[in-house]
Amino acid sequence: MRPVTEAELAEAIAGAAGPLLVRGGGTRTIGRAVGEVLETGGLSGVELYEPGALTLVVRAGTPLAEVEATLAGDRQRLAFEPPDLRGLLGREGVSTIGGVVAANASGPRRVQVGACRDALLGVRFVDGAGNVVKNGGRVMKNVTGYDLVKLLAGSHGTLGVLSEVSFKVQALPEAEATLVIEGLDDATGLAMLRKALGSPFDISGAAREGGRSLVRVEGMAGSVAYRTGQLKALMAGDVTVVEGAESAALWRRVRDVTAFAGRPGAVWRLALVPTAAAGVVAAIGGEAVWDWGGGLAWLLVPEGQAEAVRATVAGSGHATLIRGEGAVVFPPEAAEVAALGAGLRARFDPRNILNRGMMG
Amino acid sequence: MPVTVGVGILLVSRENWLYLFTNQGETAMEMPLPDTAILSAKARIVARLRGVLPPDAVIDDLAELRAYECDALTAYRCPPLAAVLPRTTEEVAAVLRACWEEGVPVVPRGSGTSLAGGALPTADSVILGVARMNAVLETDYDNRFIRVQSGRTNLSVSGAVEAEGFFYAPDPSSQLACAIAGNIAMNSGGAHCLKYGVTTNNLLGVTLVKMDGTVLTLGGPWGEASGLDLLGVVCGSEGQLGVVTEAWLRILPKPEGARPVLVGFNSNEVAGACVADIIRAGLLPVAIEFMDRPCIRATEAFAKAGYPDCEALLIIEVEGSEAEISEQLARIRQIALAHDPVEFREAADEAQAKRIWLGRKSAFGAMGQINDYMCLDGTIPVSSLPHVLRRIGEMSVEFGLDVGNVFHAGDGNMHPLILFDANKPGDLEKCEAFGAEILKLCVEVGGCLTGEHGVGIEKRDLMSVQFAPADMEAQMRVKDVFDPKWLLNPAKVFPLATSATRRAG
Repeated sequence: MRPVTEAELAEAIAGAAGPLLVRGGGTRTIGRAVGEVLETGGLSGVELYEPGALTLVVRAGTPLAEVEATLAGDRQRLAFEPPDLRGLLGREGVSTIGGVVAANASGPRRVQVGACRDALLGVRFVDGAGNVVKNGGRVMKNVTGYDLVKLLAGSHGTLGVLSEVSFKVQALPEAEATLVIEGLDDATGLAMLRKALGSPFDISGAAREGGRSLVRVEGMAGSVAYRTGQLKALMAGDVTVVEGAESAALWRRVRDVTAFAGRPGAVWRLALVPTAAAGVVAAIGGEAVWDWGGGLAWLLVPEGQAEAVRATVAGSGHATLIRGEGAVVFPPEAAEVAALGAGLRARFDPRNILNRGMMG
Repeated sequence: MPVTVGVGILLVSRENWLYLFTNQGETAMEMPLPDTAILSAKARIVARLRGVLPPDAVIDDLAELRAYECDALTAYRCPPLAAVLPRTTEEVAAVLRACWEEGVPVVPRGSGTSLAGGALPTADSVILGVARMNAVLETDYDNRFIRVQSGRTNLSVSGAVEAEGFFYAPDPSSQLACAIAGNIAMNSGGAHCLKYGVTTNNLLGVTLVKMDGTVLTLGGPWGEASGLDLLGVVCGSEGQLGVVTEAWLRILPKPEGARPVLVGFNSNEVAGACVADIIRAGLLPVAIEFMDRPCIRATEAFAKAGYPDCEALLIIEVEGSEAEISEQLARIRQIALAHDPVEFREAADEAQAKRIWLGRKSAFGAMGQINDYMCLDGTIPVSSLPHVLRRIGEMSVEFGLDVGNVFHAGDGNMHPLILFDANKPGDLEKCEAFGAEILKLCVEVGGCLTGEHGVGIEKRDLMSVQFAPADMEAQMRVKDVFDPKWLLNPAKVFPLATSATRRAG
């Protein structure tokens, strides 16, 4: 099924005889669900773009690349830097903006501007009974009623199928620079990231990859130069500074976890208390790409280590299986929290047809 | 049958937040009739609460209950059945469990500074105040969070970390008094949210007690929460999904410095265009505040801040090191001058900076000197600013009531202040009708009813202007899951007729 209007989408869901597998571009799906494929790619196009108000309203099936090109035309961007995981997951296809929202896909700049859910101003979606629902809107501040916008972001298509999403967007900065810090072990290298994040220098990226710690600043040229200088004095180790396109390329690698693309093994995504991150990863073993100052670790380990990974992470965060065999994909939840999730799904999707089994 | 509680509405401000005083007007707010079975079982219910709490934590004396009969929307008052002031999550859980078993509604209360009536009780409800739960549980500068009990005031959260050079970003104007619990319930904003976001963007996790007494943890101090974003929907749910007893909050390193500029214009349109150009240029001031002529004049007469006499005035504040501030202000000056301002005034020192902010911070008080006023909180797309201000001006003539506009221009969150005379028969009704028309206009241009104050009882009956029945149904389903008996703060947010069958169940 490939509806091209919201009404057709509602009709398709209301009339569905069995489970539906909701798919934008299928480039970042991580859960395991079965059903007839319901493609959202037909719901495409920019509804409204007001650069002076930093507002974009777009139909959910619009390709991410088209959204980014539209914004770039006015020197703007999605602040939350959505990753392109096709290389990591070995997928083809065209990522859609609805898929980005459904996965709450957020990149390195999360440490400064928040996640996809923080930039998301409004949604329109069709629930599992075929009702069209809107929530939020297109304005920056809105506390009118419950915030279902947040609930839908990261719900992986299990509460409703998005038809339209609106964002607060961001102007492209005049300049960017990255401090590349070499010669430190993981624990020290991660401590440098936390030190940078605890400084007043407005860090927009704090990652560690391939034995190097990376700290990014963006903004007006004079400000970037000033902060780079201040940070250099704060950091231990061997520090070099790269700028512009060279800096951007470093962050694309971190964002897309390019280091693990095409390599065998399971890939885990660990959300961690930053100070616990080095210890947790050392205890599990394997190779890591760190982001968000250690609040996130992508971990490449041999298949079949699910129990060890989850047991080690417990208490310091949680682990999601991004690529690999066998294990449950999403982190287990406390019984009372899981019950709330199940209750919400039962009410938003009473026939349990939307991405059945996706999130457990 | 609805019952009337309290009458009238009249607001005056002082420095930081609004005070409302009851007048003798005829306006009524519909609230559900109290459950007579609960009223007659008061002695037993109070005894039960005493059984699970220390003696000083249960209040049932009528005179003492007066303190809990309203929040900052004081026009509407009703003493609760009882009030409880627990000190721990376990005590909160015990109270909720008891009330759940008895079928008694519970109204959670932070510091009672809601402007929307979010903590207004009904006669058959128990007020659950978190004021005694104000401890700092953990500060962690390396991981940049603080964990507090939810009764702690907003300002004292920043106070707890400022010695280490950190702050908590959301800064509602009631921040001296308002509690984190209420900030989370209403998803509070503040003057600096243009850069730092509102409560939901700075909240990492909570300990939540459901109405049935179940204690759960949502989110935490790690990179992101797992599963469905329940934390995201709890924030801003106006105390209807659970009682937040503890919270992990993001703390940020303080910027090196900050400085405001004042820019005056001869038309609202040009001021609006200047705001759009600044935003579009990629500048990110921490605040862009807007005042129109009625507000400027009232403020000048009251605070004598030395503002120019013009149609519209912007106060723009930027942050950073001295060099960064200069760099940003140079760019802002360049953009502003292209719009032919009547004045561009940069603060040369701390005293001048204070003076620039003085008028803005006195604006509500200044308007209150002229007359009684009602403060609205709609948000509009920034691009609609000139149109909305023009329409408000026209409506002001139609209704025969003056209105001043002072608001957060960067994010479109308006605070029109409608002046009226509470002692003049019919004026209040006219004012409320005018207010409703302005909020409808906000929705019409693509905005919303409330940007940071919340719905409460105040805007409950306007919800259907913004939402279709299916939209509200989807929201109410969330409450069905968290609170199937609809006992937590039940008569708020949704129009009474819309939530009637659920509340009855």
